[in-house]
Amino acid sequence: MTILADETTRVVYQGLTGSQGRFYGLRNRAYGTQVVAGTHPTKGGTDVEGIPVFATVGEAVDATGANASCIFVPAPGVAPAVLEAAGAGIELVVVITEGVPTHDQARMHAALVHDFPGTRLLGPNCPGVISPGRTNIGITAGEIGRGGGPVGIVSRSGTLTYQALHELTQAGVGQTTCVGIGGDPVPGTTFVDCLALFEADPDTRVVLLIGEIGGSAEEEAAEYVAGMATPVVGYVAGVTAPPGRRMGHAGAIVSGTRGTARAKIDALEAAGVAVGRDPSEAARLVAETVASLT
Amino acid sequence: MDLFEYQGKGFLGSFGVPVPAGKVATDADEAVAAAEELGFPAAVKAQVRVGGRGKAGGVRVAADAGEARAAAEAILGMDISGHLVERVWVEAAAEIAAEHYVSFTLDRAARAHLGLLSARGGVDIEAVAAEDPGAVARLHIDPVEGLTTDGCRGWIAAAGLSGPGARDLIELLGRLWVAYSEGDAELVEVNPLVVTAAGSLVALDAKVTLDDSAAYRHPDWDRYAATQEGDERERAARARGLQYVGLDGSVGIIANGAGLAMSTLDVVAQVGGRPANFLDIGGGAKAEVMAAALELVNADPEVAAILVNIFGGITRGEEVARGIVEALERVEITSPIVVRLDGTNAAEGRAILAGHESARLRSRPTMVEAARTAVELAAAATGEPAGAPVA
Repeated sequence: MTILADETTRVVYQGLTGSQGRFYGLRNRAYGTQVVAGTHPTKGGTDVEGIPVFATVGEAVDATGANASCIFVPAPGVAPAVLEAAGAGIELVVVITEGVPTHDQARMHAALVHDFPGTRLLGPNCPGVISPGRTNIGITAGEIGRGGGPVGIVSRSGTLTYQALHELTQAGVGQTTCVGIGGDPVPGTTFVDCLALFEADPDTRVVLLIGEIGGSAEEEAAEYVAGMATPVVGYVAGVTAPPGRRMGHAGAIVSGTRGTARAKIDALEAAGVAVGRDPSEAARLVAETVASLT
Repeated sequence: MDLFEYQGKGFLGSFGVPVPAGKVATDADEAVAAAEELGFPAAVKAQVRVGGRGKAGGVRVAADAGEARAAAEAILGMDISGHLVERVWVEAAAEIAAEHYVSFTLDRAARAHLGLLSARGGVDIEAVAAEDPGAVARLHIDPVEGLTTDGCRGWIAAAGLSGPGARDLIELLGRLWVAYSEGDAELVEVNPLVVTAAGSLVALDAKVTLDDSAAYRHPDWDRYAATQEGDERERAARARGLQYVGLDGSVGIIANGAGLAMSTLDVVAQVGGRPANFLDIGGGAKAEVMAAALELVNADPEVAAILVNIFGGITRGEEVARGIVEALERVEITSPIVVRLDGTNAAEGRAILAGHESARLRSRPTMVEAARTAVELAAAATGEPAGAPVA
């Protein structure tokens, strides 16, 4: 099994007609993802290489039965796009766009909690979700994944997610689902959400968690891991980051004792997580854990 | 983007938060003229974006023009925790009856905003919170509902600030909240929020951090951007729109994505090298962005080797490779470049690089191997042995 998305997931691309939306929408379709629709307020009735474009998500859902959305619209349009998708009954909304203002993120998350509890937001500023061999929603290069499990991946960093997928695949270790939750201050889906889903998935037998400095998401994940039966391997980027300096992601600000890479690694190790010193070592630890499964 | 105190006060003032009248001065004559206009006693305050200014002697109260001149001369040019004082803020000194503390920021774990309010302002609030957590009243604020009057009343009561001045305080907190939420701030902090001898509330200090992602809807923020300091390299990077942090080693780093860039720094340290910088060229970076990044890193005189670590998702391999080749043709890159390229269209990218492989440009298949080669090249160029690998 997979988490969040599989080959039956029907995806509408909000922003399909833009250059990024088109490139990744078509690439996702070529991978096998059910790319059933695109939206654009003034381009309803047109199509992108056979993918019908609708004026609204509601129309797209009515016509195609879409149950997930992938958003590539520019940052100012993200919050309205997410709420439009949620209002149309979309269950999973994946936001690839980066640079969404923090207050918009907070309002968007709170609005979903209040009014659309049935909608899960992934992102913003995330690479999306890939269940290798089944579906790929977002910007991950599909060929670096390998289907069949038994590893589930959850990561705050896009490029480190690709790195992890690539190394596991090179080592012949398959994945159930790989989720990039994004590094922004208010992620719609958290480490703990994904750990809970992986724990409940019988085919995911090892989880790789990739964190980075800033915030306390890894510390919260460590508390949850302590109660999990599924073994978890970790990696945390930013051990050498100078304290208090901003490192690109709005989220990556070191604050207090929680937030440093050291504090996160200590918390994860205390919860029984094997933590690699670099992404390759983490992948090796995952491969070893997989090999030790009976 | 962190604002200077005088900018922060202007920002809060524009939302109706009461702030003292004052003027910025860049030399002693200006400071004296400002103080004479505002009236004595006047406070002369160093403008630096770092804490601990008071302890460093960066704030003085002047009783007359002579003292104002002496204060400005002493403070301008001062080094406060590595920050050079280029400006002072001169304001009419307040008669203080009480000092409070208030701030709004995001509580990421709660995915809600958090207000902190304390009757014990004017001092190190972290120390107060550590020794007496009850002295700092916390209020979580729903991002959709915002700060409500009812929420405010309970918050004020919890901080022990109910009483005759509560109505004014509620009004001020409301304005400060609007400054934070409508103003797209990541932090607004007033310490101290003073009650003057006449009983009015004034924000005597202002720490404001604005959310860079929201700059597109605040064209007036351009005036703050002009005064952002940082070292020469960081200024040049900002001008090119690159995410750059200057460090002090000899291995220049270019990577895509903050996570991979941080991880690259870690791996360079792990194999015994010292990174010269953090540089994230972001997602979807085109050839010209890579060329600009190489020029920027190469311009740093401490850099002896450049490590380019790209794993393509939204960034395509052939764009990266083309950018490297273009930079090599356009400017003289003096340091050898080591490239590790993987992900989207990596094969196309590697094919482009293969045609240009030389002592100036090498490819390595993995991140650790690429880091090791870059560290060795830097060590050979600087004549220093590579340091001991970090455990």
